[in-house]
Amino acid sequence: MLTGWGRTAPSRADVVDVDDASLAEAVASAGARGALVRGLGRSYGDAAQNAGGTVLRLASPTRGIQLDTSTGLVTAHAAVSFDELLRHLVPRGYFVPVTPGTRFVTLGGAIASDVHGKNHHVDGSFGNHLRSMSMLMADGATVELTEESDPELWWATIGGMGLTGVVVEATFAALRIETSRCVVDTTRIDDLDALLATMAEGDEQYRYSVAWVDLLATGKHLGRSVLTRGDHASVVQVTGHRDPTAYGPRMLAAVPPGVPNLINRASVKAFNEMWFRKAPRRLVGEIQSITRFFHPLDGIAAWNRVYGRHGFLQYQFVVPFGAEAALCGVIERVARSGDASFVAVLKRFGPGNPGPLSFPMAGWTLTVDLPAGARGLSELLRDLDDRVLDAGGRHYLAKDSHTTADSIRRGYPRLSEWQEARHKADPGRLWISDIARRLELIG
Amino acid sequence: MRNALDEPQTIVVLGGTSDIGLAIAAALSGPATRHVVLACRDVDTGTAAAAALDIGPAEASVVAFEATDTASHAGLVDDLAERFGDLDVVVLAFGVLGSQATFEADPAAAAAAVTANYSGAVSVGLAVANRLRTQGHGRLVVLSSVAGERVRKANFVYGSSKAGLDAFAQGLGDSLAGSGASVLVVRPGWVASSMTAGLDPAPMATTPDAVAAAVVKALRAGRRTIWVPGTLRLVFAVFRHLPGPVWRRMPIR
Repeated sequence: MLTGWGRTAPSRADVVDVDDASLAEAVASAGARGALVRGLGRSYGDAAQNAGGTVLRLASPTRGIQLDTSTGLVTAHAAVSFDELLRHLVPRGYFVPVTPGTRFVTLGGAIASDVHGKNHHVDGSFGNHLRSMSMLMADGATVELTEESDPELWWATIGGMGLTGVVVEATFAALRIETSRCVVDTTRIDDLDALLATMAEGDEQYRYSVAWVDLLATGKHLGRSVLTRGDHASVVQVTGHRDPTAYGPRMLAAVPPGVPNLINRASVKAFNEMWFRKAPRRLVGEIQSITRFFHPLDGIAAWNRVYGRHGFLQYQFVVPFGAEAALCGVIERVARSGDASFVAVLKRFGPGNPGPLSFPMAGWTLTVDLPAGARGLSELLRDLDDRVLDAGGRHYLAKDSHTTADSIRRGYPRLSEWQEARHKADPGRLWISDIARRLELIG
Repeated sequence: MRNALDEPQTIVVLGGTSDIGLAIAAALSGPATRHVVLACRDVDTGTAAAAALDIGPAEASVVAFEATDTASHAGLVDDLAERFGDLDVVVLAFGVLGSQATFEADPAAAAAAVTANYSGAVSVGLAVANRLRTQGHGRLVVLSSVAGERVRKANFVYGSSKAGLDAFAQGLGDSLAGSGASVLVVRPGWVASSMTAGLDPAPMATTPDAVAAAVVKALRAGRRTIWVPGTLRLVFAVFRHLPGPVWRRMPIR
């Protein structure tokens, strides 16, 4: 039985381990319930499941990463993880152009979800840095794809949830860095208005910016937050530090299977209070490791188990600039429900890219974890969905596990355009997933 | 596909005019529900029931279903999947109570009732299970009864058909282990419904809405067997072991 990272809505599929040589044959022998590739299973909902069908797990070859130091272009196998990419690139003075909050995603998954990171306001999402893809199509042909060669299929694939074909290899532009450290400014902010104003004013001076928001704080503390912004440190900034390009993240702990739900109002309130109090009111120029700055939760293996057997949802949406009232409304509503958990994250997006299903667009994106067993959750989510969609916003498919076909059509008005491009690439409807069935993504 | 909150997209009620079946459909329907399909013998009654059903934005449909026409069942399930996509929850709610006195006077009528209650359920239950296995997900909810737990002389024809159904449903659930699909066996006590209209309520009587609420909770928790009300489990644990002479003299209808 497969689930996403949120451990909800399990379904059974024939899981087939394949390598590049056996991939085409496995695809050709998929049955009536179709096929899909699954990476590291970090999408939260049902995006990497295919009930009753075939789920392919692509093995990454041992030498799956090539860095061209003359151009800064990296060509890697789609099954290579960001963990492997960073271990290869950072000591050589390069960084991935965009990283999500975990390094345990594959390159293929990053393309399928068109992942974004703390630098979206400056650099856009991962698809913006992609140069070419090698893709196995439904008819068994392998095509070399660039934005110029087939712009429709290119942008249907970026953010296309793996439903246009199997990306086998991709080339992207890496970011040159001098050291494996980041220089970070931290500011504690007392309420939401001040947070939005601070981010709107100052974000442009930083490559990376994100705010952690205490969604249990209400009243005049509503939206109290810790804003961290920074960039990669230069050699000069880390003078005195040992080995400025060293990179070797380690696992610190693991959550064992079978733990009961540890997330309740008391534990989260205590955690949030501690987090807020321990943050400095204002700290400038702190040197942090890549892991601490970008992937703090990766140090705890299987942290998704802390929500017990019901699992959890990660609710992420974006509303355009000008819809700050809707954003405040959502934060207020979640704070009132008391269901929110830690790691509520607010980020200011820059403009989106041409991908019809690519999630980011200019505006505010908020991410909230909610235990799936919470009472009244269905009503809460319906209320939040209405607020988001009425404000012209939308939901992130890589996180979604609850919304409806109608909501997705409201949030992604270009869905039919994507469906046309997808249909051209796969008229026999080979590629399919649980999320595609649930949200009726395939026309 | 059901979502992370276990809200089904498509619900099918076999025996679509059953009060308990309708109550379960209403209780399971959420914002994510697209289709509620009532499969019933009397399409006109089904259409009226569909119109009265509170299922929010979901669309209610009525299809013809005859429990005793076992040859039609596999085709019916295929048609349902073709028309409505994956079947998330299928409720097997049909059944006839009949009158024990009538059955004793007319053995052929008894056999017809048993055919509907048991053979019909076996045939459509297997067809549904095959579909759920193919899908890799889905739930079959089978309305059994405490009447089958220890059969009483007052309604042993009905009781024996439910005993058979209960055993069948348990075995079917076991056969689906590891397939992604599962079976929930529901054993209600005396339920105030159109099936029992005009009869005196038995002790610990319950309502279709209470049964529906228990089913929703059980599906969410991944249970395989429930009693409604839950105390009946203990009561029947005792009843099952009563010596025959005592059981026959029990002042229960």
